[in-house]
Amino acid sequence: MAEGLAIEHEVSHPALQHHFENMEQQREAGALGMWVFLVTEIMFFGGMFLAYTLYRTQYPAAFASASNHLDLTLGAVNTVVLILSSFTMALAVYSAQLGRRRNQIICLLATITLGLTFLGIKAVEYHDKYEDSLIPGRLIPGRPFNPEVQEHGTPYDKHKLHLLPGATVKNVEMFYWIYFAMTGMHAIHMIIGVGLLSVILFFAWRGRYGPEYHNPVEISGLYWHFVDIIWIFLFPLLYLLGRHLEHL
Amino acid sequence: MSEHIVSLRVYVTIFLALMAGTALTVWAGLQDFPGQLNVIIAMTIAVVKATLVVLYFMHVRYSSRLIWVVFTSALFWLAILFTFTFSDYWTRGWFQI
Amino acid sequence: MKEFETFETPTAARVNYLNAEYGLKSWLLTKDHKRIALLYLGSISVFFFIGGLYALFIRLELLTPQGDLLSSTTYNKVFTQHGIIMIFFFLIPSIPATLGNFLVPMMIGAKDLAFPRINLLSWYIYLLGGIVTIWALLAGGVDTGWTFYAPYSTTFSNSYVVATGVGVFISGFSSILTGLNFIVTIHTMRAPGMTWFRLPLFIWSHYATSLIMILGTPVIAITILLLAFERISHVGIFDPANGGDPVLFQHLFWFYSHPAVYIMVLPAMGVTSELIANFSRKNVFGYKFVAFSSLAIAVFGFLVWGHHLFVASQSVYAGMIFSFLSFAVAIPSAIKVFNWTATLFKGSISYDTPMLYGLGFIGLFTVGGMTGLFLASLAVDVHVSDTYFVVAHFHYIMVGGTLLAYLGGLHYWWPKITGRMYPEGWGRFSALVVFVGFNLTFLPQFVAGYLGMPRRYHAYPPEFQVFNVLSTAGASVLGVGLIIPFVYLLWSMRYGKHAEANPWHLPGLEWRTSSPPPTENFFATPVVTWEAYEFAPPEEMQVIGKFREAGLEVTDAPIGGQP
Repeated sequence: MAEGLAIEHEVSHPALQHHFENMEQQREAGALGMWVFLVTEIMFFGGMFLAYTLYRTQYPAAFASASNHLDLTLGAVNTVVLILSSFTMALAVYSAQLGRRRNQIICLLATITLGLTFLGIKAVEYHDKYEDSLIPGRLIPGRPFNPEVQEHGTPYDKHKLHLLPGATVKNVEMFYWIYFAMTGMHAIHMIIGVGLLSVILFFAWRGRYGPEYHNPVEISGLYWHFVDIIWIFLFPLLYLLGRHLEHL
Repeated sequence: MSEHIVSLRVYVTIFLALMAGTALTVWAGLQDFPGQLNVIIAMTIAVVKATLVVLYFMHVRYSSRLIWVVFTSALFWLAILFTFTFSDYWTRGWFQI
Repeated sequence: MKEFETFETPTAARVNYLNAEYGLKSWLLTKDHKRIALLYLGSISVFFFIGGLYALFIRLELLTPQGDLLSSTTYNKVFTQHGIIMIFFFLIPSIPATLGNFLVPMMIGAKDLAFPRINLLSWYIYLLGGIVTIWALLAGGVDTGWTFYAPYSTTFSNSYVVATGVGVFISGFSSILTGLNFIVTIHTMRAPGMTWFRLPLFIWSHYATSLIMILGTPVIAITILLLAFERISHVGIFDPANGGDPVLFQHLFWFYSHPAVYIMVLPAMGVTSELIANFSRKNVFGYKFVAFSSLAIAVFGFLVWGHHLFVASQSVYAGMIFSFLSFAVAIPSAIKVFNWTATLFKGSISYDTPMLYGLGFIGLFTVGGMTGLFLASLAVDVHVSDTYFVVAHFHYIMVGGTLLAYLGGLHYWWPKITGRMYPEGWGRFSALVVFVGFNLTFLPQFVAGYLGMPRRYHAYPPEFQVFNVLSTAGASVLGVGLIIPFVYLLWSMRYGKHAEANPWHLPGLEWRTSSPPPTENFFATPVVTWEAYEFAPPEEMQVIGKFREAGLEVTDAPIGGQP
């Protein structure tokens, strides 16, 4: 028999796309595709982490002062919220693997809700920065970066910027520029994630995912966990920089 | 290649570990450790947390070698970006470490 | 001539991917990688033409030493836009998005890429980026140089920096999605028997290119966004007034943009491997060396970006490291050139149009590569940096290299893509015209640059005029040489001779199916049992070898007297 024996298609699953030979190949390709995409995301955020690291080492006092002005409680709560959402996402994938439709829906709904909670708290934080005139440069027309600096000896005012020795307002502005760039980009990714999960939720509600086919849930989960990991690094770098110097 | 289903118990354990890590990092952030120890501790905890998420929530522990290579190469490339850029800044007197 | 068995569709059903469906919607909503490749081919040609128009204005202005045709600001916009269009909208997508999209699934024996809809999306994203950029150019243009250096781009330029940046940012996603698709496809969808070391070198090159697309493009994406953010907010990390460093922009920019040049040249090298091997009817000498060199170029290419910052106040110690690594990165490229040359040796060479382009690539790429070593050398670079020496160097690689390989590949696979042959006489003629015109354009620029003529100036000292006149004359010849194929290739789609499945009589998997191929590429999933570039089965090769050792003539007639 010459080269080129035909390989017959197995009786195909309705979700099998025509260019794949079988579900296993489709699953493998989907997972690998999402991982390759996450590689691009790692490099994408990496550029900002580089800028942050560079300037933090150059202007430690200013960055610590600026960081101390962020609300640690809100940041910590957000971290807990996001990790919890990662947990519920993992449970959603687990439910899909076992074909439990009701659990899938509950877990996805929980993940989405927690994601929205995160975004809500972020919005509150952003609003606080706006109130204290900490939005960098002239991004907000009419409300340029112009924080009130706490003077020595005056009673503690949480809206005022407390400058550590060696810190300048200009360098504090740089911290906030990086803060908004990084958390803003992170928030955009979360919004996309919430949108993605809403679509998955819809199809889960329609009963599309089960033990033989739950690829989309799994790869959405990968994306969501990645967004969580970015925050796992953002939180200590942005919020916990100079807390130990607060007594100065 | 059959898919490995991670047990509920593993997920709960990892979640609790992540919570503990978060509490630990906040606590450590408020303590005044000597030198650069604060940032070293914070980054170590963050790396451990991220590793747990990658290995267990993202199933890398149960995935093929290819996935593992893909993920590590991203970290490697990030390291290239950082080290070579720092080679310039460090030798221009930027870091007062 | 040895015939290679094809898995052709039965002649009765001459349905192929071109006539399977008709209508605009069947093209604009296609999931077929071959149709998407043609969509890219059309749009890339449009952008090449626009970029070429800008080049025309540059060469016209530079005919005379005075800046008399265009004002300095307009000239700045012209060379900026020439660079942006040619790099982001022509060179980077050219081979991967047209030839790569068409051939990667076919060469590995798959029915399509792993993610056909994402493939189509990548084309629409490319178009969107292109439209945004063109809009910015028409609205008033950008004058920062394609390199967008801060602080001019962030603070002082009065041109459409953000809009152009957004256009480029968007097009980057097209690149990322293409690379992602290729990587996943090559890993997961190879036909049975298609092991890694049976893959054509075209695939190895595209795999390496995809690695760069994935790892590098995101960094320029974030850099453009940071640039835009800084420009909009009027403060930022590249601004010294804030304590920032403009050189950081250059680090981030070149971290991608240097590997980007390998995105432009690696696919061309892949095409060249195909052209040289197939038109010498010989296996590529040192197949594994060439395959691993592709990967080495991709990896090493990420370690050298600082050679663009030698005179930008980068520390001299970092400069030394980057200089050393820049010499190292030339090694895998040189390995390829040696291997191609060795492939030609004692090959059965036919000087068809694709081979002419392939040979042209080897010569011109070598010149470009060697002049790169001059630039990698710190001391020399101080003198020739920002002169026409650099301009000539990169045009030798991008035009003499990539464009020639692109044309060669286009001609080589034209019968497969369209089912028609192009007119061979015109093909060879225009290849020669392109070669002559190209060298006349850019060789004088090496001399001018070495003698000190700076780049990006619309007026120059009169002693450089002779070189500029030669260069502009060459550019006219080159332009003619490029228009001719455009005309006859289009002509051939309607009036060209019908091509058979395997018009060149080659062993590659893409030649084992009809020309043009059916939508699903192969009638049945191929099972690969032969090595890459296996022009004769191993037993035959041994016998031929023994004949040659005994000093006897060997023809192409099959052994055993079979018809």
